[in-house]
Parts: sequence; structure tokens; C-alpha cells
Amino acid sequence: MNNLKKIEYSLKKRKRQESRFKIYGLLGITSAVTFLCIILSSIFMEGKKAFLSTYIKLEVYFDPDIIYTDNDQKEEDIKFANFQKIIKNSLNSFFPEISDKGELRKLSNFISSSEEENLMRLVLENKQLIGQKVTLWLLASSKIDVINKNPDMELIAEEDRLISNLELNWLNEIRSANNIESNFNKNFFVKADSTEPEQAGIWGSLVGSFFTLFVTLILSFPIAVAAGVFLEELAPKNKFTDFIEVNINNLAAVPSIIFGLLGLAIFLNVMHLPRSAPIVGGMVLALMTLPTIIIATRASLKAVPPSIREAAIGLGATKFQTVTHHVLPLSLPGILTGTIIGMSQALGESAPLLMIGMVAFIVDVPGSFLDSSTVLPVQIYLWKSTAARGFVELTAAGVMVLLSFLILMNGLAVYIRQKFEKKW
Amino acid sequence: MGFWSFFFILVVLGLSVHWYATNKALKLNAKLEKGSKLPSLPSYYGTYSLLLIIFPTSSLLLLWLVGKPFILEYILLQNIPEQLSANFDGAPSMLVDSIKAVDLERIFPGTNPLIVESATYFKDLNNYSNSFAYFSILIVAFLSSYFSLKKISTTFKARQAVEKSNINLLIFSSTIAIITTIGIIFSLIFEALRFFDEIPFFDFLFGLSWSPQTAIREGQIASQGVFGAIPIFSGTLLITLIAMSVAIPVGLLSAVYLSEYATPKVRQTFKPILEILAGVPTVVYGFFAAITVGPFFKDLANYSGFNIASESAIAAGGVMGIMIIPFISSLSDDVISAVPKSLRDASYAMGATKSETVKKIILPAALPGIIGAILLAVSRAIGETMIVVMAAGIAANLTANPFEAVTTVTVQIVTLLIGDQEFDSAKTLAAFALGITLFVATLFLNLLALKIVSKYRERYE
Repeated sequence: MNNLKKIEYSLKKRKRQESRFKIYGLLGITSAVTFLCIILSSIFMEGKKAFLSTYIKLEVYFDPDIIYTDNDQKEEDIKFANFQKIIKNSLNSFFPEISDKGELRKLSNFISSSEEENLMRLVLENKQLIGQKVTLWLLASSKIDVINKNPDMELIAEEDRLISNLELNWLNEIRSANNIESNFNKNFFVKADSTEPEQAGIWGSLVGSFFTLFVTLILSFPIAVAAGVFLEELAPKNKFTDFIEVNINNLAAVPSIIFGLLGLAIFLNVMHLPRSAPIVGGMVLALMTLPTIIIATRASLKAVPPSIREAAIGLGATKFQTVTHHVLPLSLPGILTGTIIGMSQALGESAPLLMIGMVAFIVDVPGSFLDSSTVLPVQIYLWKSTAARGFVELTAAGVMVLLSFLILMNGLAVYIRQKFEKKW
Repeated sequence: MGFWSFFFILVVLGLSVHWYATNKALKLNAKLEKGSKLPSLPSYYGTYSLLLIIFPTSSLLLLWLVGKPFILEYILLQNIPEQLSANFDGAPSMLVDSIKAVDLERIFPGTNPLIVESATYFKDLNNYSNSFAYFSILIVAFLSSYFSLKKISTTFKARQAVEKSNINLLIFSSTIAIITTIGIIFSLIFEALRFFDEIPFFDFLFGLSWSPQTAIREGQIASQGVFGAIPIFSGTLLITLIAMSVAIPVGLLSAVYLSEYATPKVRQTFKPILEILAGVPTVVYGFFAAITVGPFFKDLANYSGFNIASESAIAAGGVMGIMIIPFISSLSDDVISAVPKSLRDASYAMGATKSETVKKIILPAALPGIIGAILLAVSRAIGETMIVVMAAGIAANLTANPFEAVTTVTVQIVTLLIGDQEFDSAKTLAAFALGITLFVATLFLNLLALKIVSKYRERYE
């Protein structure tokens, strides 16, 4: 009886241990999933704000005395007119009680500096406006935008806040007159980098990413498929091919920054290719993507059953014809899937591109493979390193754009795999 | 001759030669008796002639593109007016650079007229030499197409020739991997050796202090750089350790749960979710670490009375650990699934519970594979760049306190090289010395891990 009790007791203990262990395992997997959720939701919470920007309604008086400095009324005068003063005056007419110069300057900082040029264009297009009063929605500067979107920031002590109590009072006055609203942030999708958060956009780096990935694709895809076909189908088993395989496996695990050093030392310093150019970035990323596509190519070639090869050879095809006419077309969906996954890795890669100078501050949208440009993840890094508060939201929004492209590409890969891949 | 007109002529030539050769072979075949036709299909003759245009022209073009800067600079250097080179203090290469930098569309007032003259000369030289090169390449293309068209006959086996050249192309493509490895090793070693000319090897490897600011002007004493890499190595190790202490338990437990406990449906939902974690770009993790995790630990420390910076080893390491979870879990999932079913069945037959089987049978049996996975993960962690660049800090502290800011090998490589274009100071060369250390360390870890994993596979196959 005593032994039976002992066993019963230990069985209870062991069962408890069993359920405890199972809970540990569940804890492991749920914590991994929780991390993912926290990352994604914290980025989303921050990033969604960047898709809206703040506009302030102002009655703008296009004062002919400011626009035309002399009497001949040339178009040149409009181009060089002091539109900052026009904006300042319009703000002043909303707050007639302010007369101090310093305070006026602070007030004129409410409006983004980009609006001066916009007003200039408006006048150039329609000269009838001169001398008239027009009600316009003008883009607010970044600090007003940040305060307006994050109401809890108004509660911070004045010295830690972006704007002073005085400015906050003005903002509240504008608010109570219903002269402020949030609207879609178009700048974010059509502009390149800028020093002012409200004028900075993701488009420049998107184009840069496109050029870079294009170079990567046209270099790595043919080379990797050729290498995969050779190693899987045609290569004799000898020391040389073994050595190639060891190299490929090793390259797949080399830290990405080492590829950046390679690009810096060879492509820039020896071959004198242009710094910061998508063509160099594409070449570096192509070297990194090669192993991924080679491995995918070999795996999908391996999946084609030997009967296909035997049938082709039985009908008199050569080995090369067998591969190019039959095996390769059948394995193409798998190869394409691997290529898209390799491309999406390349799209998210930034460390090697820092090495070859694609980390410059670039205001223009790149127009060719040789122009200085940056790429999406590096733009995110650049914005993160900028001190201005408005860039935090932009960075998160940039991450959202990057992630949505990755989701798109991976979705495409999954679609191709499910739609076209044959199960033998 | 501009590049695009050259390219256009080449493409037209190639297509027409391909078409002409195929047709010629077809006609020849039609004329020939049944037993004595051409040894290959007609299209192979077309392809052969096309390849005979592509190979010489593309290799000549590549040669020209690579060699052109050197040739032109040499010619320019020979033809610089003597007044200019005599009055210029500095290396001749700097003079060449300043000549090349002149934009002839917008000449600054006050630019030396001799330099402008040389720049005009250089521009003309560039244009003429390009035209000359394109023209000669086209002549080569015409000659080789003439030669290939002549070759079409019953004795010429075009298919064999085409296949042979194609296979050679495939072989060349697969040697790119070797060329890349050699390129990496040479570029790292070459620059690192220049660094070790200035800084003794052992001072670098065992020095306790790192501050890479070298003198800006010659003769400055105060800011001589100090290059002792121990604080950097220790920082890398600290962050790797933190990352592993997050990733190993979570990754391993997830792998055990998914492979031993989870129903197929649960497995099918959670495996892709873990893979999403692996697909998130590192810059996103870096942003998360810097914006969310760093300030979180800072607030936590402030709340409990400490004062730490928002850049800390624990923020960077912890987030890196999250990044590595899927790496460990999927690799160990593979090795756990590879443990033969007979071992599990034997254990259950002895009355062991599932957890006892996992702990006493499966994990020990899979241990080599798991260690291999962990080694791969470590190599991944020490080579990871963006997270630490964004969240770990750049000051080299020799500390084991996870709440302090430390720096890593990759952070130093990035900070030493960003914005610097001169490659003559110890500061920039140090990046390559760190790079080769990183390369050797990860190479060693990878080879060791692959060896362990393949040994383990052999045992159960």
C-alpha cells in the first residue's frame, strides 16, 4: 500500500510537471507572438499620425505693395517677392493685438516655410489675385502639427514642450475659431527628404529603392539561376564544385555589413564607381541576394521528378536541352518565389548601403541609376537619427510603407507558389 | 558615336545575323540529301553566330569601361600644360581631380584658365576615345559575324559549340560566389594591413581603450587616436549575451511546443507568425528599440531611482533577441523533428510523460543540432548592424552593466566610415581591421555550426 501511495503521489507530481512544462512552451510561443504584436502596434500607433497633416485657415491679403517693389509690375517681381511677409501679415490680422517683433516672428513660424513658394505659384498662375483677400488653408509647421496631433503634449511642462505657453494660447485661439483642421498629408507621398518634417516625403527613397532593386534583380537573377542549374543538374561531383558550395553556404551567413565593406573597397575605391548611386547599391545587394536565389533554384530543381529528365533524354535530348526545355520551365514558379523573397530581403537591407554612401541627405527624387539617392530603410534610419520631434511620426510611417511593400512582395510569392507550383 | 546609337547598331546587327544564319542553314539543309544534312538544327547556327557577337563585344566593352578612367587619366597627366603642374602644390592626382571636377557648362569666375583648358581637353578626349572604342568594338562585331557566317557547313557542329559555351557561362556564374569571397578577403586584408602598419596588431587586439579621433592637422598631440578594441569586443559580447538570453529560452520553448504539443492546426497558424518576425527588416527593429524599448527601460530605471540613458545595452540586446527568436525556433524545430520516432516511442513505452520524454530523451538527442543552431544565431547576432547602430550608442565603455550604453564592432564600422571619404587615416582603416575580425569570427562560428549540424544529421540518417 505504501508503494502504491508513493507512486500515486509521484504521479501527481509528474502530471503537475507535465502541465507546467506545457505552459512554459505555450508561454514561449505567446511571448514571441506578443512581441510581434507590440512592435507592429507601436509602429502603427505612431505612424498613422504622419498620414495627416495640420492646416490653418487664413485670410491672405496679396498686398500689391509687398509683391511689386516698383511700378513696372514684372513677373520677376512676383518670383522674388517677400511672401513670408504676406503670411506674417495675414497671421497678424488674425491676432491684431500682437505687435512685438519677436512674438510676430514666433507667430509666423506657425506656417510651414513651403507655403511661401506655394503662394508664389498661386499668384503666378492667377495674377488677378494681387490686391485681393483670399481665404486659404495653409500647411502648419511641424511643431504645431505635432502639438495638434498629440493633445497630451500640451500637459508637459513648458520648458520641455515644443512650443511655449504663449504659442499654445494662440493655437487654442485658432482652434476655437475653428480655423484648424487635419487633412491628408500629400507631401509624404510625393516628396523626397527635407529638413522640415512637414515637407519631407518618402517618394524620393521609394524611387531610389526601385532603381537599386532593379539593378539587384537584373544582376542576381540570371547569375543565380545559372549557378543553381549548373550545381544541381550539370556539375560533376568533385572538389571544385564542393568548394563552390561551401562558398555559397558561407556567403549566405556573412554579416551584411561585410558586403558593404567589399563594395566600398572594390566598387568605389578600385573601380571608381559613383558614391551613393543605386547602381553600386544594387551590385552590393546582388552579391548578398545570390545565395538566397541559388538555394531556392536548387531546391525547386530538385523537386522536379527524375522521370521528366529520363523521358526527355530517352527522346534524344541532350542534357542541356533537357534542363533548359523541360526541367527549368517546370521549376520556374519555385525559382520566382525564391527570387521575390530574396528581393524583399534586399529591400529591407540597409547596413551595407550605409557603407557605400547611400546615407546622404538627398532632396531631389533620383532620376537615374547614377544619381545620388537613398533607399527606403536608409531613409527610415536617417529620419530616426534626426532630432526634430516631427520626424518620429514620419519614421514610423516610413516603416509602415516599408512593411506594406514587404507584405505585398511576400503575398505575391505565396500566390505564385500556390497558383503555379506543381505537386508531383 | 554615342552609347545608345552604338548599342542600337549592335542589337540590330545581332538580330539580323541570327536571322540570316538560321535562314542560311535552313536553305542549306533544303538543298542537301537526306543522309547528309547539317549536324545541328538550323537555329543553333543562328545562336552560334549571335554568341560570337555577344561574347567579344561584351568583354571588350567591359574592359573599356573598367580601363577607361585609368587610360584617360594617364593621357591627361601627360598633356597637362607645364605651367599648371609646376605651380600646383599637391599630388598630380589631386590636379587631375580638380580638372575633372570642372563643370564646363557653369565655369566659376576666377577658375584658372589653364584648368578650364585642360578640362575642355579632357572632355574632348573622353568623347573621342568613347567614339573610337565603340567604333572598334563594332568592327570586331562585324568581323566575327562574317567569320561565323562563313563557318556554316556540314562539317561544323553548331549545337556542341553553343552548349559548350553555355555550360562555360554557367560555370562562370557559379564561380561568382568564389570571386565574391576572394574579393571580401582581399579587400579586408589589404586595408587592414595598412591599418596594422600604423597600429601594432596586439595593441589593437588587446588594448583597453578606444577613441579613434586622429589628429586633424599634422603635429597635433592631444588627439592622437587610440585603437584598443577590447571595449568594443566586450560590448559586442554583452549585447550578444543579452540577445541570446532572450532568444534561446523563447525560441527553444516555442520549438518544443510547436513540434511536440501543438495540434497541426495550431502549428500551421503559429509557424508563419514566427516567420513574420524573421521577415521584419532590422531597421524596423532598430527603430522599435530606439523609440519604444530604450525609453521604456529609461522610465523604469527613473521610477526605481536610477538614472540611465535611453541608449542601453539591454534595449538593443533585448530587441535583437526578439529578432533572433524565429532563427532559433525554426532551426531547432528542424532538429527536434529529425529525432527518430523510435526514441520517442521507446520513452513512452517506459511510462514517461511527454515532458519527461522531451527533457530526458529528445533534447539530449537533438543537443548537437540545437548547439549548432545557437552558434549560427550567435554569429547572426554579432554581425547584426542596424539595431545596435540605432539603439546601442557609440561610446566605447568597458562595462558589464546592461543598463549602460556600450558599442559593438558593427556600430564602430558604421560610425568610422559614414561621411568619411579619405582612406589614408588610421581612423577609416580601423573599420577594415574591425571588419576582418568580424568576418573571421562569423566564419569560424558558421563553419563550426555547419560541421556540428552535418555530423548530427549523419547520426540519424
